[in-house]
Amino acid sequence: MTSDATTHGMAGSPRDGILDRLSDTFWRRPRLFLALLLAPPLLWLGVVYLGSLFALLVHSFFSIDEFSGLIKYELTLKSYAELFRAANFDIIVRTLTMATSVTIAAAIIAFPIAYYAARYAKGRWKAAFYIGVMLPLWSSYLVKVYAWKLVLAKEGVLSWLFSVFHMEAVLELLLATPVIGGSSLSFSYIGTFLVFVYVWLPFMILPTQAALERVPGNLLEASSDLGAKPAQTFRKVIFPLALPGMIAGSIFTFSLTMGDYIIPQIIGTSRLFIGQAVYAQQGTAGNIPLAAAFTVVPVVIMAFYLWMAKRQGAFDAI
Amino acid sequence: MTTAVLFSGVSRHFGDVRAVDNVDLSIKPGEFFAMLGPSGSGKTTCLRLIAGFDQPTAGHMEIFGETVDGVPPNRRSVNTVFQDYALFPHMNVSENVAYGLMIQGVPKDEQESRVAEALELVKLSGYGDRKPGQLSGGQRQRVALARAVINRPKVLLLDEPLGALDLKLREAMQEELKTLHRSLGITFVFVTHDQGEALSMADRVAVFNDGKIMQVASPKEIYQHPSSRFVADFVGSSNILSPEFTNSVLGQAAWASLRPEAIRIVAGGSGRISSRCVSKNYQGSTSRIALDAGGQSLTVLLHDGDESIEIGDEVALDWDADKVHIMEDQS
Repeated sequence: MTSDATTHGMAGSPRDGILDRLSDTFWRRPRLFLALLLAPPLLWLGVVYLGSLFALLVHSFFSIDEFSGLIKYELTLKSYAELFRAANFDIIVRTLTMATSVTIAAAIIAFPIAYYAARYAKGRWKAAFYIGVMLPLWSSYLVKVYAWKLVLAKEGVLSWLFSVFHMEAVLELLLATPVIGGSSLSFSYIGTFLVFVYVWLPFMILPTQAALERVPGNLLEASSDLGAKPAQTFRKVIFPLALPGMIAGSIFTFSLTMGDYIIPQIIGTSRLFIGQAVYAQQGTAGNIPLAAAFTVVPVVIMAFYLWMAKRQGAFDAI
Repeated sequence: MTTAVLFSGVSRHFGDVRAVDNVDLSIKPGEFFAMLGPSGSGKTTCLRLIAGFDQPTAGHMEIFGETVDGVPPNRRSVNTVFQDYALFPHMNVSENVAYGLMIQGVPKDEQESRVAEALELVKLSGYGDRKPGQLSGGQRQRVALARAVINRPKVLLLDEPLGALDLKLREAMQEELKTLHRSLGITFVFVTHDQGEALSMADRVAVFNDGKIMQVASPKEIYQHPSSRFVADFVGSSNILSPEFTNSVLGQAAWASLRPEAIRIVAGGSGRISSRCVSKNYQGSTSRIALDAGGQSLTVLLHDGDESIEIGDEVALDWDADKVHIMEDQS
């Protein structure tokens, strides 16, 4: 006790432990500490992550020799031209349409849930909200997708529910709709869409709820005090302040849908989405440059989307 | 003559808590009315009832002769300056101030000229393009004020608007609010827990405690003739005389109040009572002396240049009999 007190208590006394000396050094040179703290994540992000992304970008500017099937290491835009061939362009349009629909649907479903959680839920209900939203994320993605296949199948729970309420005609009408219909829900775009919305919904709810949580209640009172009807308060105050959170959520739902290759393979038609195209091109087809070019598409679309959102002032409320 | 705001038997209960308990009140048109009380006394709830953010559990309310029972805030000609200003963070100063006009659908050019006028009124011309986050507390306060008065409300509600400002700024804003009140001629209802603020600014003051109004009167009346021990104690600085003390000195057992400045220090042996100095508090031009007169504590003001009194000294006191105010409420 006494010796401890003298060594630690007095300024300038010699320190014996290496950790003591290390912490003293860090205290004197805070920048060194920061550098050491950031070095591993920066190495990871800079070399492994950005490096691989850069390698991908470079590959998209190479091409494949049609006879030998080998990559020609010469810079060319051939792979990008390939993307605009009808068969490939269809894949892009299909994926983009799906990602947009999923994002809009997720935003519409997520908003009331997030609003309830941010404004009204307290204590135990708030905990229930978080568990309810996160619970689906705890189980395997594949399990959930296969479960949905059973739900959506021709003899599945959903068809049965429709028949219980004598609404088979509605389901048949839905499935008879051109393009989005099919032989059953699990073999239609409607099915793919439903599963995408289900799987990515938490990623929309949580950021939206976080944004709404930061809107003080008295702003809503101020708005109505100044004469605004509830709908006007929503348009002028709540929505603009929730928008940054919804954009953050849409980045998740949009890019996750754009890149996914498992859901459309298990549920839906045999027509490809970008993720599946990348998978096929780099695997069986062995066309790495085209696969790379496909992968660049979502990156470009996301960058464009964020740029537009910023220009429209979506982040002004941050 | 109509009343600006009328409460008749108004209660607001939150579960078992009676935040506002059977309040009757009438505020006159054009009056600067203060609601004073400790936190949790119901003054802010009363303000929220006038604004329409809250609905009374029982009772009836009118604003300028029109019933507002069940009328939402957006359909009341009342505007509020919030305690923490509640400025819209995603809009600049001009957009904040123009909000009410924009909602009403006032033409753009009229909006602009009225915003410029309102900003000039609160001395913030040239700040229109700033965001609330770029302003100081005092400036935000002015924006909140401009945003409310631009709508020309019949009643302006102010919820502790000066609470977050430092002393100097608060004093300056008190003056400005009074000037603004005179120039606009509208009814101001002002909530505060600061008795100095209420007494110096208001035409009339309502003192709240436990959801009830203890006294409604002019600041002078409240200060000189507090109706109950609570009011005398809360408004402060008055000596509260116990029935035992008044019985022995005046021959009448009742709670009474006596202001410090009404008490004179006289030569030993004369005067009504003798007391002992307990503590002394120097305050610049005056000193406050706390005295003990046989169990009754008394505060006396001592002016610079008066005979010096030290702790432990015997002090003889006197006052004019009519300065002792017997309280109406003896509870």
